[in-house]
Amino acid sequence: MSEPLRGVIVSHSGVAQALVSAVTLITGIDGALVPISNEGCDNDALGERLRQAVGERPAVLFVDLPGGSCLTNSIRYAKQHADIAVVTGVNLAMLLDFVFHRDVGPAEAARRAGDAGAKAIRVTAA
Amino acid sequence: MSIALFRIDDRLIHGQVVVGWGQPLDCTFIVLVDDEVRNSDWEQDLYRMGVPPHIEIVFASVNEAAERLPAWEADARVGILLVPDIDTAAALAGRSDRVKRLNVGGIHHRAGRTERLRFVYLTDEERAKLRQLAAAGVDVTAQDVPTARPVPLAEFA
Repeated sequence: MSEPLRGVIVSHSGVAQALVSAVTLITGIDGALVPISNEGCDNDALGERLRQAVGERPAVLFVDLPGGSCLTNSIRYAKQHADIAVVTGVNLAMLLDFVFHRDVGPAEAARRAGDAGAKAIRVTAA
Repeated sequence: MSIALFRIDDRLIHGQVVVGWGQPLDCTFIVLVDDEVRNSDWEQDLYRMGVPPHIEIVFASVNEAAERLPAWEADARVGILLVPDIDTAAALAGRSDRVKRLNVGGIHHRAGRTERLRFVYLTDEERAKLRQLAAAGVDVTAQDVPTARPVPLAEFA
């Protein structure tokens, strides 16, 4: 059986690390997600952090904002490597779905996680 | 209002630019001056993803930017002009006398650079180039976000 997919969270500041901690706390699953911050990085340095986190394995990159250096560098990386999917607007709900469904390909895992994340956004009347 | 900000930022279009500066300035166009990006369709597509639909992005080479600066400055909209590094800023300032001020917004660590500010790392050569720009009449300050103090060149280079 092949190794389960890895998720890499790419964020501003400490958002990625905080999300990984929360997922581990809630699920008890450790090692499924790797956090990357863009803190102190130019584009080359962030690309190198991505390379170290992902390597040559299939992965889903979860990006905090649908724009900016985290996204542009994630897409640049995905364009240069096979089997990498990118999802923006990362939230806890999508990560919780992802860690329990890592036995599919990156595209399918990304689609599932994106759906779960979108369904988690609700506005309650005041 | 024309070009409200001439900025050196090695990340080019990112959150600090689009949100941090773009919102308070009410910016509706960004000029990205980079010869490499100007010649790469897919890099341009990447940067287009980084801005909301109401902001237009113009990709320009240094020569094109020097030629079109008067038109951008006459634009009724508010714009931000971005360059990726000091060399590009110096090249543009060398071809156009309309570069009167430069915001050093983000130059990150690389081999050979030393920390001058939390968000500015420079080699000795880069420090010298910034001082040359200032000597030529360009007002050079460092400021990552609008709420921060503009740091005069003498304090970081």
